[in-house]
Amino acid sequence: MVPVNFYIILSAILFTIGAMGVLVRRNPLIIFMSIELMLNSANLAMVAFSSAIKSFSGQIFVFFVIAVAAAEVGVGLALIVQIFKSRHSINVDEMNNLKG
Amino acid sequence: MNIDLILFIILALVAIATALGMLLSRNAVYSALFLVLNFATVAVFYLLLGAPFIAMAQITVYAGAIMVLFLFVIMLLGAEQLAPSKVIPAQKWVAGGLAFILVAETVYLLTVRGVPAGNILQPAESANSLGFLQQMGMMLFNEYLLPFEITSILLLVAMVGAIVLTKQEKGGQK
Amino acid sequence: MLFSETTSSGFFFLAPWIVFFPLIGLLTNLIFGGWFMKQPWGEKAIGWIASAASGAAFVASVLLAYSLSLNHGEVVRWTLGQWIHIGELELDWTFRVDTLSTTMMLVVSGVGTLIHIYAIGYMHEDVRFKSDLGRYQRFFVFFNLFIIAMMILVGGDSYMMLFVGWEGVGLCSFLLIGFWYDMDTLARPSWANSNAAKKAFITNRIGDFGFLIAGFIMFWYLKSFQFDQAFEAAKSMPPEIIVAITLFMLIGVAGKSSQIPLYVWLPDAMAGPTPVSALIHAATMVTAGVYLVARSAPLYTLVPQAQYIVAMTGAVTALFAATIAVGQYDIKKVLAYSTISQLGFMVAAVGMGAFVAGMFHLATHAFFKALLFLSAGSVILGLERGHHHLAHHGHGDHHEEVFDPGDMRNMGGLRKTMPVTFWLYMIGTLALAGIFPFAGFWSKDEILLDASLHYPTVYILLTIAAFFTAFYMGRQIWMVFFGQPRHEAAAHAEESPLIITAPLMVLAALSVLGGLLNLPFEGFHNLTHWLGYTLEEVEGLPLNLQVAGISTILALIAIAISWFIYGRNPLKKGQADPLKKPLGLIFTGMENKWFVDEGYWAVFVDRYIDISRFLADVIDWKFWHDFVHDKVIAGTYNWLANIALNDYADQKGINAFFDGWGKVTQWLSATTRKVQNGFVRSYALSIMLGVVLILGYLLLK
Repeated sequence: MVPVNFYIILSAILFTIGAMGVLVRRNPLIIFMSIELMLNSANLAMVAFSSAIKSFSGQIFVFFVIAVAAAEVGVGLALIVQIFKSRHSINVDEMNNLKG
Repeated sequence: MNIDLILFIILALVAIATALGMLLSRNAVYSALFLVLNFATVAVFYLLLGAPFIAMAQITVYAGAIMVLFLFVIMLLGAEQLAPSKVIPAQKWVAGGLAFILVAETVYLLTVRGVPAGNILQPAESANSLGFLQQMGMMLFNEYLLPFEITSILLLVAMVGAIVLTKQEKGGQK
Repeated sequence: MLFSETTSSGFFFLAPWIVFFPLIGLLTNLIFGGWFMKQPWGEKAIGWIASAASGAAFVASVLLAYSLSLNHGEVVRWTLGQWIHIGELELDWTFRVDTLSTTMMLVVSGVGTLIHIYAIGYMHEDVRFKSDLGRYQRFFVFFNLFIIAMMILVGGDSYMMLFVGWEGVGLCSFLLIGFWYDMDTLARPSWANSNAAKKAFITNRIGDFGFLIAGFIMFWYLKSFQFDQAFEAAKSMPPEIIVAITLFMLIGVAGKSSQIPLYVWLPDAMAGPTPVSALIHAATMVTAGVYLVARSAPLYTLVPQAQYIVAMTGAVTALFAATIAVGQYDIKKVLAYSTISQLGFMVAAVGMGAFVAGMFHLATHAFFKALLFLSAGSVILGLERGHHHLAHHGHGDHHEEVFDPGDMRNMGGLRKTMPVTFWLYMIGTLALAGIFPFAGFWSKDEILLDASLHYPTVYILLTIAAFFTAFYMGRQIWMVFFGQPRHEAAAHAEESPLIITAPLMVLAALSVLGGLLNLPFEGFHNLTHWLGYTLEEVEGLPLNLQVAGISTILALIAIAISWFIYGRNPLKKGQADPLKKPLGLIFTGMENKWFVDEGYWAVFVDRYIDISRFLADVIDWKFWHDFVHDKVIAGTYNWLANIALNDYADQKGINAFFDGWGKVTQWLSATTRKVQNGFVRSYALSIMLGVVLILGYLLLK
């Protein structure tokens, strides 16, 4: 008996916290985790909508998102490992080669 | 004030608290563990919303596989804590301000602005029945067969990519 | 229900085919004509295809008229397709089949077909006398194009479609007057013919300007170009607007139907080949103005004051042109002025509200004037043949002399050498002069009768004009066919072949019997009855013996006088016109067309040239080029270059300014460069900022 709006607000709060993590943390692993949190909040919103309109489409979409997230984590962590190997550091603030 | 709403509020508070814990922890291992807890809470939300399959996937894939992988990498790299740095100190405050505004906007949109409150969500009666899974399976393997197959290819590519990225070059330096 | 039944029966589906048939002929001759011309039978093929196309249109017209009579004259509209649909304006390509339009269709296609057939023979010889065989094909393409345009003109259901045809026939007129564009009427290299074509075109544009203004006013106030809708709307309009529409329309009529003051192009239009003069400049195109007034009858009947002006215009033109015709020597020029005069009769008739009389005269005039023109063409060809005959038989001195086969002073005595043409010409003359029982008698008499009842002034003018008509036609007959040949070519003239005389015979029969269309006796008002379906308020007048008697007696007197002057003592070679002495200055005026052309030159054309000179020499060259360009613009530049843009201003002003710009740019880039600080987190922050701002904008919108 919970209005769908509540779920959306919760989803927005979680998303914002995830975004904050991306913006303020310097540890790429935590940034990564924040991204996962953002994906999760989006999933939560989608399942809520799916439930609201009584359709499976949202859930199936979430299923695909989870699959893609798994693939993303696999590649992303491999990249971080590789970066660590080459630079011996994973502090994102030290990766500013693009500085203008 | 019904039981569903109370449950929702308690779970929501847990989810927000764990997310904030993930955000604020100095130690990356703590962050990962807070995130596992958060994912578990979200899985409970999925159950409440009548999506048991997604809830299970959430637990196994996210809380299980992905987070374990994270912990592995954190410990492998020894990246539990980073030395404090003083670059772009304003970033924190600007980001905080923007985040606050974003949440405020969303809440304003969904409550004050008078967007319809939406359907009152009913806990799905058939959530536990076998018919539900059957239905979802039919949908996944009929209507969404092509995306499903493409997903499998994507996972394969990701796997190959991860192996190639971390593979030691022959004769390369350790 | 009843309407759909009546339209589904009958031949109304043929309505657009009055245009399509000539179009097929045109395309055939246009595409395959070049190949035809290379064949020995090519000329005949081209001529007969064009004639058949016109003839098919005639058959279609007959079937339409027949279906219409079964349909009790109920108007039928046949929409071919959409044309202009903008806002409230809805114009379609709609053909209107009613008694008035079918009458015109019959005249146009019927007379047109006969003239097509005549032209097969005429152009065969004409292109040989002028030594350019290739133009044979072009002639028939133009001729079919003319039929197309004329059919659109008479078949259209709106003023705009009528205007399309109106401009189309104007174009054909231009093309055909200037058919021999690189020579004059005597086949000498010159631009005289093309100048005549341009004169006709420009004069007609003046008329079309009036027509267009009328159309604009009509659209503005009556909201429609469709005939019935416009007439319906006109009933509730203040009369000033209708007067404006009708009088501006009169300008168009004056241009196309060659009325005062725009008649001057028609005599020059005789530069075209004779079939053109007969078809376009006598029988059909020039009557378009008459048709327009008859078509707009509901508008004109609303405003009697405008009707009076139209009637007076016609009557004055009729008399004026008839006096000029008396003093002309060119056989076609006489007929040209006669045409203007007869058109004056028609315009006067439709102006008086005697629409049936006008249309009746239009039809009979088409018969006998086409007959006269074509016979005149036969005469001219006869003289050409005689001239060639002489040239080929050793009379070497004739090569030097410029021989005008159209000059009546070169003719005489052709009665013996060209007997068939003579009799045909006689019939046409008697019909034109209004002698009982020829067609012209009945139609002219009806006009005079109407005039005597409504407008006495018009009646007197027209009666005098009728007297002159008989006189100049008598003069022409005596000069051309009687007496002794005044030129050796005339003595050796040869009769025309059957292809030329056969259509003339048909036309002669029509000229004799044309009166049957509308005899002024109870039960014989055929045309009145027929047109009564479409035109409201028509009355079949009984024969008025007084009016008919006066006009007939005057005509006979005129012929007698002409015999007294020209027949009793035939003109000798080189002798001046016997009227010259007794009439003196008056005859000089007639001879020189009352100096109207010269007057127009002095008043309009020379002034126009003066203005052009002034604009070119003074405004453009002296003012614009010498003053504005050289002094003002170039001078200013020089001044600026010498004084304002010296070294100091250049270095301290312009250069410093752009140096400053460069510094600003450098400073800006140095500043904005810092945005790219290389921290991915900062870039992400800007995305976040964008999200917040866009969401905020959407919320506050």
